[in-house]
Amino acid sequence: MTKKRNIVYPYIPNSVPEIKREMLDELGMDSVEDIYKEIPDRLRFKGKMNLPAPILSEARLQRHVEKVLSKNNNCKGYISFLGGGTWNHYVPAVCDTIGGRDEILTSYVGEAFSDHGKFQILFESSSMLGDLTGFDACNTPTYDWANAIAIVSRMASRTTGRKEILVSEVTGPERKLVNQNYCKPDINVVEIKFDYENMCLDLDDLRSKISDKTACVYFENPSYLGFIETQAEEIVKIAHEKGALVAVGVDPTSLGVLEAPGDYGADYALGELQPLGIHMSYGGGLGGFIACRDEAKFVAEYPSLLFGVLPTTRKGEYGFGQVAFERTSYGSREKGKDFIGTCSALHGMVAAVYLALMGPQGMIDLGSGIMQRVDYAKKELAKISGIKIYEGFNFKEFVVNFDDYGLLVNEINNKLLQRSIFGGIDLSEDFSVLGNSALYAITEMLTKEDIDELVNALKEIQ
Amino acid sequence: MSKAYIRKNFHEARWDEPMIYELSTRKTRGILVPEVEDEIIAEVGDVASYLPENVKRKTPLLLPEVDQKHVLAHYIHLTQETMGANVSNDLSEGTCTMKYNPRLNEALSLNNNFAELHPSQDIETVQGILEIFYKFEDIMKEISGMDKFSFQPGGGNQAVYCAASVMRAYHESRNDTKRDTIITTIFSHPCDAAAPATAGYKVITLYPDEKGVPDYEALKVAVENIGDHLAGIFMTNPEDIGIYNSNVDRFSELVHSVGGLCYYDQANANAFLGVVRAREAGFDMCHFNVHKTFGTPHGGEGPACGAFGCREFLNKFLPKPTVEFDGKKYYLDFDRPESIGKVRAYFGSSGVILRAYSWTMMHGAEGLKEVAAVSVINNNYLEKLLLSIKGCGEAYLGNGITRQEQCRYSWEELFQDTGVGTDDINKRINDYGIPWYWASHHPWVIPQPMTLEPCETYSKCDLEEYFETLKIVAEEAYTNPEIVLSAPHRSASHDIANPEDLNDPAKWALTWRAFLKKHGDQYVKVK
Repeated sequence: MTKKRNIVYPYIPNSVPEIKREMLDELGMDSVEDIYKEIPDRLRFKGKMNLPAPILSEARLQRHVEKVLSKNNNCKGYISFLGGGTWNHYVPAVCDTIGGRDEILTSYVGEAFSDHGKFQILFESSSMLGDLTGFDACNTPTYDWANAIAIVSRMASRTTGRKEILVSEVTGPERKLVNQNYCKPDINVVEIKFDYENMCLDLDDLRSKISDKTACVYFENPSYLGFIETQAEEIVKIAHEKGALVAVGVDPTSLGVLEAPGDYGADYALGELQPLGIHMSYGGGLGGFIACRDEAKFVAEYPSLLFGVLPTTRKGEYGFGQVAFERTSYGSREKGKDFIGTCSALHGMVAAVYLALMGPQGMIDLGSGIMQRVDYAKKELAKISGIKIYEGFNFKEFVVNFDDYGLLVNEINNKLLQRSIFGGIDLSEDFSVLGNSALYAITEMLTKEDIDELVNALKEIQ
Repeated sequence: MSKAYIRKNFHEARWDEPMIYELSTRKTRGILVPEVEDEIIAEVGDVASYLPENVKRKTPLLLPEVDQKHVLAHYIHLTQETMGANVSNDLSEGTCTMKYNPRLNEALSLNNNFAELHPSQDIETVQGILEIFYKFEDIMKEISGMDKFSFQPGGGNQAVYCAASVMRAYHESRNDTKRDTIITTIFSHPCDAAAPATAGYKVITLYPDEKGVPDYEALKVAVENIGDHLAGIFMTNPEDIGIYNSNVDRFSELVHSVGGLCYYDQANANAFLGVVRAREAGFDMCHFNVHKTFGTPHGGEGPACGAFGCREFLNKFLPKPTVEFDGKKYYLDFDRPESIGKVRAYFGSSGVILRAYSWTMMHGAEGLKEVAAVSVINNNYLEKLLLSIKGCGEAYLGNGITRQEQCRYSWEELFQDTGVGTDDINKRINDYGIPWYWASHHPWVIPQPMTLEPCETYSKCDLEEYFETLKIVAEEAYTNPEIVLSAPHRSASHDIANPEDLNDPAKWALTWRAFLKKHGDQYVKVK
């Protein structure tokens, strides 16, 4: 395989030796070294890259990669109760079809006259996310939900001229880490306590920490632990009285049944696109969004590209363009708002397809059905001795406590694994206050039979 | 003998497509959600209706209601109004390395043993994907000479931010907290200035010397002025104009001599696989835009991956977790107390890594060198052709330096002669089926710029088609400028009538509901 020979690579048309020779002759060059001559010898890599031998044919390459992947077990073969930031939802075949179209999949940064369709899809995506969240403005996708929190922290800081962000302690642990890293240069992040009795934000703690230094209050609804925040309007009132803004992290699949943040007074809504028709792909399915009030003082602080619609020179035609482009680091380098580059546009486009398929009734059915399954699971699990459910209004996720069960969560999960079940995320480190607990997630993918299988397994392995 | 074919009768798809909202018919459904079993309903009832009134959704959800066939058709129409690299001669997007993205890798990315993996699954059940992460890291290490990689950054600019965070952590670990300034160069990507600025650094930007090469004398002055406040340098090589900086190791030596760190933005690495590496250039950190150099789709601007590499002494600061192998098993190492934390949730754009692994495995060491060689030959071939066009020049033309993987051209002469500038040409080539080209990042240091990168994907015919098309358009500029100035004529849509409205809060519309509020239904297609 490693013997030197002239290979014609199917992805490199000019690897045909005669073509290459013809081009070099045209250039008056002997070889490619006549181009690399600009690189001093001391900088040249003298060795031979020690890489695995190539697998030249697609047939063998496919076989190789599939063989490696076959060492995985996936959420179609197993019953999965994993959530926490990526969820096992149905991906409509239409989403795969559109997301896999070469025209958009392999596009990049073309302007609207060349890539009109991409602009319209992303505009529709922002529009539907605006409808879900109750806002008139929404950006093109961020890297992920965590990145959206970080960006909003910095946006709110600039809008208010303040340097402190209050964040609910029951925010996704990874999301908190990302936010801390982005805020580190000049924004102080302070955590607001969670009331673990009532499973909602501790308003007394919020009142004690909020001040005229606070740029923004951030909480998730539902929280990372799955509890629906019942005091959202009160939080908004407390924040606004101090001149602080309010950002709400949402699971967009909840907004068929839960009130839109824009309609209970929040200033920003942000969240994760992955549940909207995007495969989990081992955490690669992420994409974030930020919706906000359509006021210049908010919109002017976005670092993201913003696609807007306006009439064109031809009557009856929609045209698209970049709104307030000079804001961005593409427009103004380090003087722009933070920085922007390639993020997760394709996932925003797939989310548009998903929301268009689902429509209002689909989102209502999705949300209410998830809540029914969750409630059923909570009731059934609570019947098992040694298992306690932390009560509250849950959406997709809920906390199961195993303090009196006789096994640690990781031991339980190992036993469940032997029965082809992925148990919930172990919370015992990140939320030790909850004891020996796990975060269980249930989506529309699970049936009663699946839930019963979990219940039976937990009865048997005890 | 050229077989280049000019698409004189091209017309982009123009479906005159309404908004998805305009296709809405009440109570129509695009897809049904799985029903909840009767037994569950009998036991729990309508749970959502038991929620407190204040948390229930009261505002009507105004999503469109469209049946499945019409959703599919609508979005296929819109995809057809987009000129992706796999379906067009997209050597246009210089600095972006628009390669062919193999269909095989798309098929692999939909394999259930990848697409349906949850990132919190037990480590025993994800050994396959971790093996791919680990082995791709080995490949990256070999190509760059770096000692350790993180694939967490979701794109090149996030990798630069990651580098700025690592740089900050490194200096802090030495209690060297006064280092508040970084240096970059004007032909490096804007994120090399903007991401460190976001991380709290002051930015000094160097301009090139008379040959277009980063100015070593200017660096000396800057380093002296900044003194012990210098945190490091962020630079590309070759920069976006395709000129290799043969002094690059002197840059890194100088920055190191005053205690700064050196970051190599390898966005333009395609020409140098197996030829030069960050290590030999003396750099401490680097990143590859995996979505560019390693053949994965750009996705219309992501998902992407900025593979971040560093030398061993910076390893401890990398985002967590890292992917490790104990000789028997792959695992995730979260126990990294000096880590900068995280820049992205989970482990990175896994789909990009899977595809890039597959792409790289098909090429091997010799194949990667062939990628690089053909890229630079293609570029020089195209350059020779384009410089024969009347009105077409080049940044630092005649400086005696052979260009590498891309060139920044200039239509300044044409503009002076005819009033037709690069933006006009860009629109006109669209009428011949050539997608929008990359002019330049802002600010335009080179007047009327055009940056093209004919990487290994493009055939000799593609290069000649591109040349012939530009030649026709340049001739049109001299003989019939109006047809260029009023372009595009055959694209999916035309220019916005009043582009200044994009900067007017009273008129801009980022959502359909905002459009209706600000403009009423005067422009609505379906009434």
